[in-house]
Amino acid sequence: MSMRGSAPIIEAEGLTRRFLVRRKGSVRRDTVTAVADMTFSVAAGESVGYIGANGAGKSTTIKMLIGILVPSSGSARTCGLDPLRRRKELARRVGVVFGQRSQLWWDLPVRESFAILGDVHRMPSAAAAARTDELAQQLDMTGYWDTPVRQLSLGQRMRAEIAAALLHSPELLILDEPTIGLDVLSKQRLREFLIAERAAKGTTLLLTTHDMGDIERLCNRVLVVDHGTLAYDGSLPGLAATVGAGRVLVIDLATPTPDLIGIPGVTHLGSEGGGLRQRLALAGDGDQPGAAPSIPVVLAAVSERAELRDLSIEEPDIEDVVRRIYTAAEG
Amino acid sequence: MVDQLPAHAEPGIGRWTPYRSVLAARIRAQRSYRASFAIDTVSAFVAGLVELAEVWVIFHNVQVLGGLDFRAVLLVFGLANIGFSTAEVMVGHVDTLPAVLRAGTLDIYYLRPQPLLAQVVTSDVQLRRLARVGVGVACAAIALSVNHIHWSQATVAMIVISLVFGTVIYSSLFVTAGGLQFFLISGSEATAAFVYGGSTASTQPAAVWPGPLKIIFGFLFPVTFCAYLPALVILDLPGPPMLPSWLAWFLPVAALWAAGAALATWRLGVRHYQGGGG
Repeated sequence: MSMRGSAPIIEAEGLTRRFLVRRKGSVRRDTVTAVADMTFSVAAGESVGYIGANGAGKSTTIKMLIGILVPSSGSARTCGLDPLRRRKELARRVGVVFGQRSQLWWDLPVRESFAILGDVHRMPSAAAAARTDELAQQLDMTGYWDTPVRQLSLGQRMRAEIAAALLHSPELLILDEPTIGLDVLSKQRLREFLIAERAAKGTTLLLTTHDMGDIERLCNRVLVVDHGTLAYDGSLPGLAATVGAGRVLVIDLATPTPDLIGIPGVTHLGSEGGGLRQRLALAGDGDQPGAAPSIPVVLAAVSERAELRDLSIEEPDIEDVVRRIYTAAEG
Repeated sequence: MVDQLPAHAEPGIGRWTPYRSVLAARIRAQRSYRASFAIDTVSAFVAGLVELAEVWVIFHNVQVLGGLDFRAVLLVFGLANIGFSTAEVMVGHVDTLPAVLRAGTLDIYYLRPQPLLAQVVTSDVQLRRLARVGVGVACAAIALSVNHIHWSQATVAMIVISLVFGTVIYSSLFVTAGGLQFFLISGSEATAAFVYGGSTASTQPAAVWPGPLKIIFGFLFPVTFCAYLPALVILDLPGPPMLPSWLAWFLPVAALWAAGAALATWRLGVRHYQGGGG
């Protein structure tokens, strides 16, 4: 825990936001609730993934947390401040990247955008230069340092955006879809940087994404929002367990074997090659506490019946997990 | 609470540094596209000349309009153009706000520790519009030499007041229009009509207007104060009914009213954007 760790860095109390939407060809307006009665808090130093379908209310929540939107009811406090009344003060302590909106100057070289942003945050020029250098090295931006922003590739631009959001060393970093459209290598690099940055500075991270790899690598906690309400708040393995998506054991056997059914805590999913390869689902912890079988126990049970040649373990597919949450909430 | 301030929040760095830095970069950027800058400058200059030609055409057909002859109207035109074009250089880009709103880039300004309006105003500077300021200066200079003027300290004071506070009123028109954009995201034509209509009105002798128009442009959007009333004082002419020339000395008051209304409209607009009602 850092010295800032005493109070939560984000506090949402019954946060609600409704929009009036004008219907086509009508003067009547409908009320759409984008965020409904959302209550959660994030402690300093946490790394939270905020996931949900398009239009589930993620961006609306973020906008309320940083003072762009006024809540219809409920309240938000960020870094202990009222985001609406003390937006300017908050802006010094929070860094935000909106995936689709650039905070850089499109017609200037990357270098100049950073010089301006240093002035915007009124950083002493030596401190700004040192921090800029540090970020440029860590995010590998020196190769395109003098290139105008409009000529950058998507991956280069996103790195520059994140560096720009971190220039003033904020306590809280909010990333809205940071890896959207990036190739595998760029994603990988970005994640490694964020992990290193958090380890070095203890920055709190709130991340929205459609990429479950981001969540798995970067976040120790997940918030799932569905139709504006909080559908889940907890760890990622816990999320998988909640919706009953456990790990899957894929085993290759020496000889064709009858289906391996009847092992406690294990569901037989299917067999291939006349029983040479079998897929077994391990129950998640969420079904019943203590119900999840340990892998050695399962393997011992399997080897009583057949000779094992190889095995692999598939982690639950998080896209699938989230889909299940949605369908459960709808049904 | 001291330990909650980030290390870089230095009070020693000037409060104008953020704005100066952005503006300096905008000027550098405009200079780096020389051809485009040159074309824009020439077209702004030509636009100024065309407007002057419109006035000249009118006076080709009549000797006197609203009690002013062409030489006198040239002074009104010159003063109005200096004020309007200076306002356009400084805050004219506020009328691109609909594009900013549609692209969602206004949200970026929320992430910076400066007031929104100050950021929007200093986000750009339209140097090419200086060409039109030039047209205005030339017209005013010619008008001041060809008219019979009884020069006094009051005359000089009136010219200065007209240029300074006229610019404030025109700038207020732009900001008012900007505030209205929050309500009419696709309504840039409506607000352009308002800003440019106001500026055209200010180049005309207000004596020719019917009463309601005098109230609208004389007091509600006080553009007659920018050039017409000061020109009456400089030329020592009486004003038409409802707009006596001594009103010109209240130009700072009119400017204060226009600026206050502009800030209030902007504030309402921002509140509407945030959805806090209003």
